[in-house]
Amino acid sequence: MPITADHLTYVYGGNKNLKTTAVDDISVSIDDGQFIGLIGHTGSGKTTFLQLLSGLIKPESGTVLIDGEDIFAKNFDLHSIRSKVGIVFQYPEHQLFEETVFTDVCFGPKNLGLPKEEIESRAIEALRLVGLDEGIYSQSPFELSGGQKRRVAIAGVISMKPKFLILDEPTAGLDPAGRKEILGLVSKLCREQNMTIILVSHSMDDVAEYADRILVINDGKLAIDAPPREVFNHKDELESYGLSLPQVTKAMFRLKESGIPVNTDAITVNEALSDILKVLK
Amino acid sequence: MDIIKAENLIFEYKRRDEDGNIESVERALDNVSLDVKEGDFISILGANGSGKSTFAKHLNAILLPTEGTVWVDGMDSKDEDKLFTIRQTAGMVFQNPDNQIIGQVVEEDVAFGPENMGIPTEQLRERVDEALKTLGMMEFSKKSPNRLSGGQKQRVSIAGVLAMHPKCIVLDEPTAMLDPAGRKEVIRALRALNEVEKITIILITHYMEETIYSDKIFVMNKGKIAMEGTPREVFKRVEELEEYKLEVPKITLLAHELWKKGIDIPECILSDKELAEALKKLV
Repeated sequence: MPITADHLTYVYGGNKNLKTTAVDDISVSIDDGQFIGLIGHTGSGKTTFLQLLSGLIKPESGTVLIDGEDIFAKNFDLHSIRSKVGIVFQYPEHQLFEETVFTDVCFGPKNLGLPKEEIESRAIEALRLVGLDEGIYSQSPFELSGGQKRRVAIAGVISMKPKFLILDEPTAGLDPAGRKEILGLVSKLCREQNMTIILVSHSMDDVAEYADRILVINDGKLAIDAPPREVFNHKDELESYGLSLPQVTKAMFRLKESGIPVNTDAITVNEALSDILKVLK
Repeated sequence: MDIIKAENLIFEYKRRDEDGNIESVERALDNVSLDVKEGDFISILGANGSGKSTFAKHLNAILLPTEGTVWVDGMDSKDEDKLFTIRQTAGMVFQNPDNQIIGQVVEEDVAFGPENMGIPTEQLRERVDEALKTLGMMEFSKKSPNRLSGGQKQRVSIAGVLAMHPKCIVLDEPTAMLDPAGRKEVIRALRALNEVEKITIILITHYMEETIYSDKIFVMNKGKIAMEGTPREVFKRVEELEEYKLEVPKITLLAHELWKKGIDIPECILSDKELAEALKKLV
């Protein structure tokens, strides 16, 4: 079942003059197993939109349907969302707190009141999924590398077995290898566990490579909703929103302007490569 | 004259148990020697944990060497009498603008550094305005920093350092939390400070494409300097960079792949402009 935003609107600030509409009448439906890239400049309303989707804040008007149920309806049990929608906030490693990696990952399922065996088997499964081996289960999470810490934090969310996984800039501050590692993991969760992914990122290159659908938010509105190739052909529009193009797409536009007859719809290095080779032949 | 000079720099993080005995020692910097010429734009690349930030913190004496020496504009960083001069010579800007902005109003925030240096009020005004103008933030001088975008906040942080009239600005991942427009703004501001104001820039980043205009790149790996050279010299070594958990800019990778396929273009291309020029000759 999909997750659906229905005319979702959220307004900050009580004072009339200071009111800001952070999310402005967004309607969108996201199907099971999709990998969504969510982009928009700082302050565009992305984070507020995610907080609404996961039931952390209540909308001014409109609503969210998860598996067909209105999560803001009076008789709806908001607690049940916590095991359906997992959120990995920015710098999630700052939320690690337990003494060992294993107990940290157990924290979520423990709060669901599950039996001990179930808690532990979930933790083991989650740690395996993120690619951490048993050697570090008993270590303090604070002794790990940046990329490892982040994987522990993600395991903590996955152990809740969410259907929807929301990640807010999960690669900020990581080196290129660490970025690839985390995004590879997220894409594996999408393909193999059929988790629905919503990835917020400021890296156009990353969303171009991993997402199969991109939502562009600007001024609280859903400005573009399309597959990556289509989104990144809106060059001027994206730039007016403070966004940019993937590096190779930008280069392809440049080549075309210089009179080299390439297509401008390549979004990855491999696509650009075969396109340029075709022109040169 | 070298604005920064490190000689056989070693730094060890020591972990102590409850009684204060040393439990373990981790060498974060392992015999680092390097020089930075005044007026250069330098980039430092390296995986997480490679020692970049530890090195940066030696440049204004936040950390002091376990062994070896760091000179900032000729001053030994261990010389306590010079501490304030060193900090004023090499200013630092960090990753998260929200953690370094303290003023309620933009100009107040920018004045914080020079005010602490004891700059008289009339000069203070001049310095703050000048710094804000240089960073293109003058129109926001009376605004609250909370209302600014990430890129604007980071430019305010840089203005705050600039108002102390440093010879060198060290920036530790200043764009990691910014959106594309914010990143462009900050990098453009740094290039202008370097070219127009002749301030030495030392940029630490994980975004390879931000470094292509540097005079020199240092690549760190496991606490050592693993590579050093112009962007073209460094980014030519695609496979070696991958070993250090890094990559080359996407354009460079694309050109490298074309070159490997036997296309007659230079081996190392850094920008889309260069790529267009090289390919134009072949079409």
